[in-house]
Amino acid sequence: MAHIAGVFEHPLREIPDKTVPQIHAEVARGALTDAGLTMADVDAYYSAGDAPGFGALSMADYLGLDCHHLDDTETGGSSYLLHVQHAAEAIAAGHIDVALITLAGKPRTGGAGPGGSARFSSAPEAGFENQFGLGVISGYAMAASRHMHEFGTTSAQLAEIKVAASTHAQHNPDAFLQDVVTVEQVLDSRMISDPLHLLDACVVTDGGGALVVVSDAVAKTLDRHTIPVLGTGFGFKGTNSGRIDLTYTGARVSGPAAFEEAGVTHGDIDYASIYDSFTITVLVTLEDLGFCERGKGGEFVLDGALQAPHGRLPFNTDGGGLCNNHPANRGGMTKVIEAVRQLRGEAHAAVQVPDCQLALAHGTGGSMATRMGSATLILGRD
Amino acid sequence: MSDVYTSYLPANAPEVNIETQPFWDATAQGRIDLAVCDDCGFIPWYPRLVCPDCHSTDMTWTTMSGHGTVYSYSVTRAGVGRAWKEHLPFVVAYVQLDEGPIMMTNVVGCDPETVEIGMAVTAVFDDTGEGTSIVRFTPAP
Repeated sequence: MAHIAGVFEHPLREIPDKTVPQIHAEVARGALTDAGLTMADVDAYYSAGDAPGFGALSMADYLGLDCHHLDDTETGGSSYLLHVQHAAEAIAAGHIDVALITLAGKPRTGGAGPGGSARFSSAPEAGFENQFGLGVISGYAMAASRHMHEFGTTSAQLAEIKVAASTHAQHNPDAFLQDVVTVEQVLDSRMISDPLHLLDACVVTDGGGALVVVSDAVAKTLDRHTIPVLGTGFGFKGTNSGRIDLTYTGARVSGPAAFEEAGVTHGDIDYASIYDSFTITVLVTLEDLGFCERGKGGEFVLDGALQAPHGRLPFNTDGGGLCNNHPANRGGMTKVIEAVRQLRGEAHAAVQVPDCQLALAHGTGGSMATRMGSATLILGRD
Repeated sequence: MSDVYTSYLPANAPEVNIETQPFWDATAQGRIDLAVCDDCGFIPWYPRLVCPDCHSTDMTWTTMSGHGTVYSYSVTRAGVGRAWKEHLPFVVAYVQLDEGPIMMTNVVGCDPETVEIGMAVTAVFDDTGEGTSIVRFTPAP
């Protein structure tokens, strides 16, 4: 069994005076300190497309790590949850004992991240997708348009998701946006790409985060309340070679896999961190994970369903990517961190789910409009 | 097929490679030519020379009708790079060709506010000035 022993979210949202490698180092030290470990204990290091240069090779060298296991798997914002799965597998195989996973970036003050523009220009799809002025938001907007067309989902339903996130963010002093908003304010905010408004979109923040995943043997030696990784799942979804269906995500695959491995059901989940690049991302993911029927996400999020501590499924109690933090344009890391806070009873008192025993964390990477990686974790308590 | 067309949107020359050269050559002549699998009949989008369904490498370039319907779209009003900013609002869309493939594109030549899912559209070929055209769509006549 693998356990999350340490987590750290960088407290800043604008970091003009530090480099991306410096931020990786700060969050690495933060998570290791949280676990009661040091850099010398790390025998496996994981990074993704936000790691500069040669990725894990460059960063392991910069950090001065002496590890015998490196993983640079890149699936966008879901990478860090997939890294937890990979670490759990390597721990189960007996190859490693202490895995360090880091994320850092400066899209707010430092321009776009280093994540592979050279890689993208040589992609086989490049000439067929980069001629049309497609933005990140307009891709998700096409997904939202189609969902509305097929299922009657409304902008007001999407807005409920932002409202719930903002209700939580008011209690997070580090959150980039701390004001509670109403459905009307979301609908009245500037239309960026129909049907998505400015307030349907996540924040753009500098920052980072890190996780430390350890074996049973190491977990036993730590004073910290470690969090067992009960289930993991990953799903790839692409354009299906020209048969794209914009109304679902890879969570259709990752969710059932994680639930099966954990041996639990949806009703058992006390808290969920759901990737929220945009409001539509949350709505469709809730359907795909099986919290509601396909096409019923719009109804599911009504009546404060997502609001902590007493909603049917309290979500993103840190304020999520919509209000708190979306470091390096990659929200998966903070999804795991807040789930761990909930299970440790260390979320803000106003949003702490009482007796939180079982949490789900979900990441989405790439784009719902084209190709994506979806990763789900189910976490428990020792 | 349509004549060469000039929309108001940027028409930047794509990076052409040996696998996709026939597609781009056809666009310059006002045609959508796609590689059709000789073994299973599948027509993948984007075009490629290995069938992603049956993995045959026997593919034949075949001319499509140029007619389709809007699968989904968004009227983009902000949040784009400098080259596109002066063209706001514009329509990004997925159009399903009558032959099956769903391709990313723009809907042009009409008021963006009139575009709808299911709307019938016809291909137009926006000249890049470098021997290729960008395939966009206008409302069917």
